[in-house]
Amino acid sequence: MKVMAAAFVVALVIAFCAPVVLNQFGWSSAEQGSSTSVRLD
Amino acid sequence: MNRKLLGAALLAMATLLFNPAWASDAPAVDRTATGGAQTLEDIMARQQQLKMDESFRSENLGNPANAKPITEQLGTRGGVSDSDVWRGIRYNQSDIKTQARGPGADVLIQDGGMPWYKLREGPMITYGGGALLGIILLLVVFYFVRGKIMIDGGPSGTKIERFKAIERFGHWLLAGSFIALALTGLITLMGRSFLIPVIGHEAYSTLAVGSKWLHNNVAWAFMLGLVMTFVMWVAHNIPNKLDWQWIKAGGGIFTKSHPSSKKFNAGQKIIFWTVMLLGVSVSLSGLSLLFPFEMPMFAGTFSVINSVIGTDFPTALTPHEEMQYANIWHSIVAFAMMVAIIAHIYIGSVGMEGAFDAMGNGQVDREWARQHHDLWVEEVEAKQGKGGSS
Repeated sequence: MKVMAAAFVVALVIAFCAPVVLNQFGWSSAEQGSSTSVRLD
Repeated sequence: MNRKLLGAALLAMATLLFNPAWASDAPAVDRTATGGAQTLEDIMARQQQLKMDESFRSENLGNPANAKPITEQLGTRGGVSDSDVWRGIRYNQSDIKTQARGPGADVLIQDGGMPWYKLREGPMITYGGGALLGIILLLVVFYFVRGKIMIDGGPSGTKIERFKAIERFGHWLLAGSFIALALTGLITLMGRSFLIPVIGHEAYSTLAVGSKWLHNNVAWAFMLGLVMTFVMWVAHNIPNKLDWQWIKAGGGIFTKSHPSSKKFNAGQKIIFWTVMLLGVSVSLSGLSLLFPFEMPMFAGTFSVINSVIGTDFPTALTPHEEMQYANIWHSIVAFAMMVAIIAHIYIGSVGMEGAFDAMGNGQVDREWARQHHDLWVEEVEAKQGKGGSS
């Protein structure tokens, strides 16, 4: 059961890290929900 | 008549009934009276959802050669009427100039939007939700008919290692992220219909934004889990003759026999390949949705399908249509996966005594292993006899 819990935690860690890593490459689609303005360009 | 044949025929007829793609062609229409413009017959055919050739409208975009002299009324229109201009915009044939940038910026009218929306809000929820309720109901009935599959003669009390820690980690990474994706996906698809009436707009808004965030970001864990489990288990999931024997015996579910099996039986192999194939497909359509307009793949896919089996899928898709196809396909594949995984969860938990231990702590009862994976136990014992590990 420890392995199961560890895997769930790692899934959440990946989820939190993903937008940070994607932003490094200029891919911010996952962050659109928190954007304060709409970009048309 | 054979009952199975009758059932298959009824299923096929029901499919045809609900699938407008099988609609018959509209009869040819004489448009000389309207000078080529649409007639009452065209409107009636469209209302009857007949398959129509729209080229008489999409190609009727005006002709500069017909332009009136500049001194005449409407002479400045250059042979193109308002209707011609709007048809050009509607069929995406106009040369649109816009300051807005982006792949979809010069598509001003997108015909496929409403059919996509109706499909997503209607049949997708009805049939997808029905499939989930159907499999749950089926499993409840199965449980009461067959009961829990017990270890014949009871557990032996000795354990054997079924899955190593890294295998269980990969499985739970995939499983945990899939459950999160399934729940957040269902909230996104069905929340407007089922949650807003219960919890209200404000609470749903918060839930929907959170669901979107989790769905978009935990997808990477799902893809990692998919790769891990594929690499670790593909060698054990190559189909062989033994699988056919297992299938013929129905896995021993009703006969209470125990057909021979190695590490994975045919049922598990079916789940493995279902998860892998559908998992790759749902990941690709998910990536297409995650990076809007950056990964169009349906026009190319349709082109290949058309060339292989001679179908007539559209191959000139606007950027929005690409996204709409990706969204619908993503939902269909996800529902198919959910149905398979619900059955997998059942048999791996309440449906079979001792099955959860395989992924719980990795140690299963030796008698359980002998009854369900006899050849694998022999392999493990042979290796242990030689001083190796499982």
